[in-house]
Amino acid sequence: MSFLESLYKDVILEHYKRPHNRGALDDASHVQEGVNPSCGDELTLYLRVDQGVIRAVGFEGEGCAISQASASLMTDALKGRSVEQALELSRAFRAMIRGRPPEPELGELSALQGIAKLHARVKCATLAWTTLDAALEAPEAEATPD
Amino acid sequence: MSPLDPRALRRDFPILERSVNGHPLVYLDSAASSQKPRQVVEAMAAYYYGHHANVHRGAHTLSVEATDAYEGARARVAGFLNAPDARSVVFTRNTTEALNLVVSSWGGANLVEGDEVVVTVAEHHANLVPWHFLKRQRGIVIRHVGLTDDQRVDLEGLQAAIGERTRVVATFHMSNVLGAVNPVRRIADMAHDAGALLVVDGAQGAPHLPVDLQALDCDFYALSGHKMLGPTGVGALWARAELLESMPPFLGGGEMIRRVTLDDSSYAGIPARFEAGTPPVAEAVGLAAAIDYLEGVGMEAVAEHDAALARYALERLDAVAGVTLYGPRGSDRAGIVTFNIDGVHPHDVATALDAEGIAIRSGHHCAQPLGGVLGASATARASFYLYTTEDEVDRFVEAVVETRDFFAAYA
Repeated sequence: MSFLESLYKDVILEHYKRPHNRGALDDASHVQEGVNPSCGDELTLYLRVDQGVIRAVGFEGEGCAISQASASLMTDALKGRSVEQALELSRAFRAMIRGRPPEPELGELSALQGIAKLHARVKCATLAWTTLDAALEAPEAEATPD
Repeated sequence: MSPLDPRALRRDFPILERSVNGHPLVYLDSAASSQKPRQVVEAMAAYYYGHHANVHRGAHTLSVEATDAYEGARARVAGFLNAPDARSVVFTRNTTEALNLVVSSWGGANLVEGDEVVVTVAEHHANLVPWHFLKRQRGIVIRHVGLTDDQRVDLEGLQAAIGERTRVVATFHMSNVLGAVNPVRRIADMAHDAGALLVVDGAQGAPHLPVDLQALDCDFYALSGHKMLGPTGVGALWARAELLESMPPFLGGGEMIRRVTLDDSSYAGIPARFEAGTPPVAEAVGLAAAIDYLEGVGMEAVAEHDAALARYALERLDAVAGVTLYGPRGSDRAGIVTFNIDGVHPHDVATALDAEGIAIRSGHHCAQPLGGVLGASATARASFYLYTTEDEVDRFVEAVVETRDFFAAYA
């Protein structure tokens, strides 16, 4: 398997070409814009949170395969989770991107593990997640110590 | 027949011998920052090991030697640009700081609400964001000039945008995205006919084109050392001496004063008035060595070599289906090839090329508004310099084709 194949696993490219949960939610309780200033990629995240549980998720925006696949996989994983569980998943994802072995709860998201070795692309992988944290008004993950 | 021999020149650039991800490095990001020849690094080392002290301050021998080296570098920059005299060359950190100096000092002293500044849609953020400051602070008006269908600056549109309230036209010598070379003299004439000044962002022009300020007839010209074989941390602003003389200081501190009391201060003449604090002496020495190197090769030859590689790359990529190319074609096209692979984001292109040891730039190239005009918020860019070989362009084109095919498998 080439370096490129190990990085861009099938699941990443499939979510990039055919992203899940793409589009705005008419009845969103949370709408959050995220931007990666170093490249200009933008993302808008829509959440419908009902009684502390994420019932529906959608996203819009343009970006690279890494950022789009990360957003698509994230939106799949968020549905049905409580806000606390969503923030916990976000912490687990960030830990993996910093080089820790993926927690089991990350599931398919562990396909993005290879980004840990590619420092130039970390912000691509985490754009959807920093946007999620901002939407849920969690403290900025960038500021949490390793 | 190449106007220069990149293979011989490469021996002066140790970094080009290294490998990246198991492949010999192909460095195609010189428009972001060039690599450095030994001569530049050694000149800086010789300065530090043999002559360093603070400049313009001490009566001792080392201070005099350091001052001579620093002022000698200023004269080298003036000569390189064919500036009428060296005292109108101000050392800055880079092009960005030089342009901020113009906006803050000249703009701050001269522009009032309703005054107009004309820029093009292809400016680097460094020639756009500082003007935005004055728009907020003073209420100046910024007019934008678009591109022609072949992605040159629309000169008719530029002429039409210049009006009675136009005080400044601010544009690039060579676009860092389109590779287009602006007809600076023609634009200078348009600006001057309307009583306006021309500010030129020379960040790409100085490294890649012969610059004759007396022929260009602009009023300000800004450059960065690190893009022209020199070190980071030093750039320069050239301005017409009479303009510089009339301008208030930019930063306050040591070196830029005539006399200081507790309540007030008077300011030094030019260029010292604009060089507060200890300047980048070793960096200026390195920049002078870079200029020696470039003049040894010849700037006409550098420009011709870069442009020939761009023509070759464009010709090869024209034959590759699924690749979109940006920028004009012709004698005003310099050594930058900006492109996209259909359906593949430029960041992914850059990662795929990096896996092959090929360094390119991806993103908005600090010219975000241009992305909207081109219909591509992000692009990939390969840029060439005097050490780039045709073989490297071949490797680049082959990697573009492989990248297209890799991602196409999932379409």
